Amino acid sequence: MVNFIASRLLSALVVVLGVSCIVFLFIHMIPGDPVEVMLGESARPADREALREALGLNLPVLQQLQHYYAGLIQLDLGHSLHSSRPVLDLLIERIPATVELALASLIVAVIIAFPLGTIAAVRQHTLWDQGAMGFALIGVSIPNFVMGPLLILLFSVTLAWLPVSGREGFASLLLPAMTLGSALAAVLSRMVRASLLEVLSEDYVRTARAKGLSEWRVVWGHGVRNALLPVVTLLGLQLGVLLGGAVITETIFSWPGIGQLTIEAIQRRDYPVLQACVLLISLVYVVVNTLTDLAYGWLDPRIRLGEG
Amino acid sequence: MSLRVWFPLGIILLWLLMALLGPLMALEPNQIELSKILLNHDSNALLGYDDLGRPLWDRLVMGAQTSFMVAIGVVTISLIVGTLIGAVSGYLGGWFDHLVTRIIDIFLAFPGILLAIAMAGILGPGVENVVIALAVVSWVGFARLSRAQVLSVKHREHVQAAIALGVSPVLIVLRHLLPLIMAPLIIEATFGVASVVIAEAGLSFLGLGVQAPDASWGSMIRDGTRYLLVAPHMILVPGIALMLVVLAANLLGDQLRDRLDVRLKNNR
Repeated sequence: MVNFIASRLLSALVVVLGVSCIVFLFIHMIPGDPVEVMLGESARPADREALREALGLNLPVLQQLQHYYAGLIQLDLGHSLHSSRPVLDLLIERIPATVELALASLIVAVIIAFPLGTIAAVRQHTLWDQGAMGFALIGVSIPNFVMGPLLILLFSVTLAWLPVSGREGFASLLLPAMTLGSALAAVLSRMVRASLLEVLSEDYVRTARAKGLSEWRVVWGHGVRNALLPVVTLLGLQLGVLLGGAVITETIFSWPGIGQLTIEAIQRRDYPVLQACVLLISLVYVVVNTLTDLAYGWLDPRIRLGEG
Repeated sequence: MSLRVWFPLGIILLWLLMALLGPLMALEPNQIELSKILLNHDSNALLGYDDLGRPLWDRLVMGAQTSFMVAIGVVTISLIVGTLIGAVSGYLGGWFDHLVTRIIDIFLAFPGILLAIAMAGILGPGVENVVIALAVVSWVGFARLSRAQVLSVKHREHVQAAIALGVSPVLIVLRHLLPLIMAPLIIEATFGVASVVIAEAGLSFLGLGVQAPDASWGSMIRDGTRYLLVAPHMILVPGIALMLVVLAANLLGDQLRDRLDVRLKNNR
């Protein structure tokens, strides 16, 4: 078990370093010059050179990478080229909004997906099943930048129940959470259905039926509870979809989270901030994936032994 | 054939026709008509006009060309590159395979769309950069799949026979392994089209894709969000088109999987 944990943590570390290295090299291979963005095209060459030196941009790329990693270890992510504030402060400011949105979306997804997936599995090959899965397929096919405006159109414009954008109170959370959550709900309901179908064909479910338990108790007591485990663990893998989708969803609703910060950093060519955002998101993603892996290994010794 | 096949095939065909015949149609997607700004529809343009008075149908066709070009470009590049890397890696094994698996792990351990957003942002706007950014992200899926497939068939007797006959590794991969593993790759490519279409529109929606005055369904939706109150048709038209194409590609992928995947049939 110790070996298993160690190897998982090690590979997580490699992944995070790999992603940050790819992004770093990519940014530095591209011809565009942040100094030009900061000073404008009419700046004097001497000023440019001075700033380049101050930012360490005149050094060879590998040396810059070394400095970058050295800074990372001390949690020094550099300063924003736009506001000259420490990047770490900017991130800390934005994290709560994204966490809030992600959790709310998760709740929305679970509320939609569990009943839908359960009905589809219990009434397999009926109209219920086809309806639920058709709904899920449509959900997968509507990108959140279409879903978001449609929800705004319905709830903010036509019904005037909810605010269009911003982050002020619970009401403003609902539309972004529904937008982001519905995409996840579609995927999740398929997983619930598949997992429940598998469980319902197990021997102990047949036994439960043979005992004369009511169908409701068979499905809830023996089915859903056991189907939950793989679904919850698989949910961890869906976090990437959530984080990727958050970038677009936050843009639609002017939600002041990490996703919006990422887009702002791109628009302003604020590379230290962009780099930090990508690093943060990959870190969260990898940590969750690793925890998922570990949970799997803990729950199912076969995986541990097979890989260890 | 049932509706489940005809409906997606029809949509894809329509999309294809729009993309391929678009240049032949007498369209004026950039014709600004100030008297028709945000107009819902008139006898000339059933789908209405956008915020600059440009006909939405013409722009929809132009957007179909964009999404089609990007989808074909990205899926072709990543199918070829990914499959070759994955197949060679699976066949050769050893340090090369270790390296490739590591790289695949790194790419998979990260939300692809985010990497594409960051990369498109760094590369700057433009269709070519969208193709590059999305291809950099999408080859991984094909590589992983083809590697796994090759691992499962490389010990078959005809491959062993080819090795014994001294056939070069390149020929073995191309002639004896690839044909065996094509079916799942084609299915993956079909789903790939769906996700690339969404991703392209997403990048354009964020302002990282095609540049004005060129049209993409994503940039049309972006324009539309500003006029949601007065002209919802600006979002509905490209939004529905986008949804239909993605839905059709997903349905088609499901159908293909059911038809081509032999193991699936045997299990049931």
